[in-house]
Amino acid sequence: MAVKVFAPWDNPDEKPLIRFENVTKKFGDFVAIDNLTLDIFEREFFALLGPSGCGKTTMMRLLAGFEAPTSGKIELGGQNIVPVPPNKRAVNMMFQSYALFPHLTVWENIAFGLKREGMEKDKLNARVEQMLKLTRLERFAKRKPHQISGGQRQRVALARSLAKAPKLLLLDEPLGALDKKLREATQFELMDIQEKTGTTFVIVTHDQEEAMTVASRVAVMDEGQIIQVATPDRIYETPNSVYVADFIGDVNIVEGKAAPLEENQVRIDWAEGQPPLVCTATQPFDPGQTCYLAIRPEKVMITAERPEGADNAVQGKIHDIAYLGNISTYHVQLSNGTIIKAQSANTRRIARRSFTWEDPVWLSWTATAGVLLAR
Amino acid sequence: MNRLSWFNAVSLTLGFAFLYIPMIILVTYSFNESKLVTVWAGFSTKWYGELMGNEAFLSAAWTTLKVAVASSTMATVLGTMAAYILVRAGRFPGRTLFSGMIYAPLVMPEVITGLSLLLLFIGVGLDRGVTTIVLAHTTFTMCYVSVVVSSRLATFDQSLEEAALDLGCSRAEAFRLVTLPIIAPAVISGWLLAFTLSLDDLVIASFTTGPSATTLPIKIFSAVRLGVSPEINALSTIMIGIVTVGVITASLITKQNMVRQRRDEQAAARTQ
Repeated sequence: MAVKVFAPWDNPDEKPLIRFENVTKKFGDFVAIDNLTLDIFEREFFALLGPSGCGKTTMMRLLAGFEAPTSGKIELGGQNIVPVPPNKRAVNMMFQSYALFPHLTVWENIAFGLKREGMEKDKLNARVEQMLKLTRLERFAKRKPHQISGGQRQRVALARSLAKAPKLLLLDEPLGALDKKLREATQFELMDIQEKTGTTFVIVTHDQEEAMTVASRVAVMDEGQIIQVATPDRIYETPNSVYVADFIGDVNIVEGKAAPLEENQVRIDWAEGQPPLVCTATQPFDPGQTCYLAIRPEKVMITAERPEGADNAVQGKIHDIAYLGNISTYHVQLSNGTIIKAQSANTRRIARRSFTWEDPVWLSWTATAGVLLAR
Repeated sequence: MNRLSWFNAVSLTLGFAFLYIPMIILVTYSFNESKLVTVWAGFSTKWYGELMGNEAFLSAAWTTLKVAVASSTMATVLGTMAAYILVRAGRFPGRTLFSGMIYAPLVMPEVITGLSLLLLFIGVGLDRGVTTIVLAHTTFTMCYVSVVVSSRLATFDQSLEEAALDLGCSRAEAFRLVTLPIIAPAVISGWLLAFTLSLDDLVIASFTTGPSATTLPIKIFSAVRLGVSPEINALSTIMIGIVTVGVITASLITKQNMVRQRRDEQAAARTQ
């Protein structure tokens, strides 16, 4: 059975639902969004990821209409929405604090937007019931927000923002206030609801795991600019910069000078007395150019003996071990002081672990395991 | 339980004596049979009866009530608007000056406020009477309302209003349907504060009143200059009674709300 892959961003004929065109937003002298251009497509679950102050919340507020761009254009379904006030946009937002109306019951909270629309009573009742069912809140319809738990409040906020069937739903750190277990369960619930309703979701988060789990595409932001937009696996496997590699997951960065070999192979001279490293590059490098080898710890093999035929192998001794239950991360110190992290699954019980502190070990990886970056 | 040390017991007695002996004397003598306020001649409620028949006092009470309701309502509307702008408008040029000017009447001597209002009313040729007292009371109580309401608005989560806009409200609807119901307790206590202040104001009222309007404090003050009568004691006792009942009711309501909220939150924690 052939499954059609959802990838409208690869189709040049696809019209984007949202288009940011050279959008700049300044607060006084501070540039929150810096000449940003971005397309988001219908039915996408799009994640804006970045540290606090990177402009991701400003992007969301621009979409909701609470802020107007200093320059540039924002289109929703081909129409410029910059002059449209927030109450006239087919966009709804789920707030970080949930912003539930404390003086209204769960039912009235969900019905609030529909009443403003002037929906008929029968249709309104049916719609609210449908939303209560979708978010499994039927039992709590008569309660006030302070009479329900955090997880339930989060679902009320979601139901309220989905009730008007917006073209676009904005979620501002929606799961920030929940504990880890509940957050993970809710992530899947969100994806499920997004699939059922077919609404386009834009989520703002600083939690990279959350972005990776829920999103169809992730935009990594820094200082008002988008550094990379790609699917979660491409962001992880082929980051375009040290910033992205470092922001998403754990990574070893080795800085060195490039020496191009034949067939995209690049030799990296990186430290006195250490063997040069080899990496298959996806972009050309000039001889002597500064380059950064980014390699994920789980792609580094740790062995007691020097492995046969490995593209890259360095020797060191174990400086530290982080035992995480399912996996262990070994911090291996090379003779020049550099620390390289290697990760391996704990397939055996801890008593039978092969390595311990101060053990001399070999680290090895293939030429294609890492990514060679210019910046 | 710890017994009070003699020092604490003495301080407590002194403090309460200082606060309440004048009032106890006043209340006691309102039930005095004799017309002389300083001589006890047995229990009687006849002064309350006479008070009910005293047209001058009754009409002054009625005027006071009208003035208090009208001025506190106007002050609440204006004070709430001012508080809303101060908290919400962010930084606009002259914000500090504006907020300073709102709060200045709090520390302004009443005599000066009264005098300046009097000059204004004479200047614009407004006949002094109920209208001018209402205007004057609105002016001086509005800053109190503004203080009460703005302290509530400062802790008000602004995303609630944004959520209302997001769900299709205009700015005015968002204020009416979301902000106002949530800050209502502060607005009501602002109104009550303004009402009480207007009820017992003597200085500003005497500056701005005319021959047609006499409020209760003015009436009492002028009556006392001719000698304290048990009738005034009776009137004062009624006022103390009204205030006491009001304060106790308000605190009971607050306490009940707190208990209910705590119970609700515990119930919510159990259903998680």
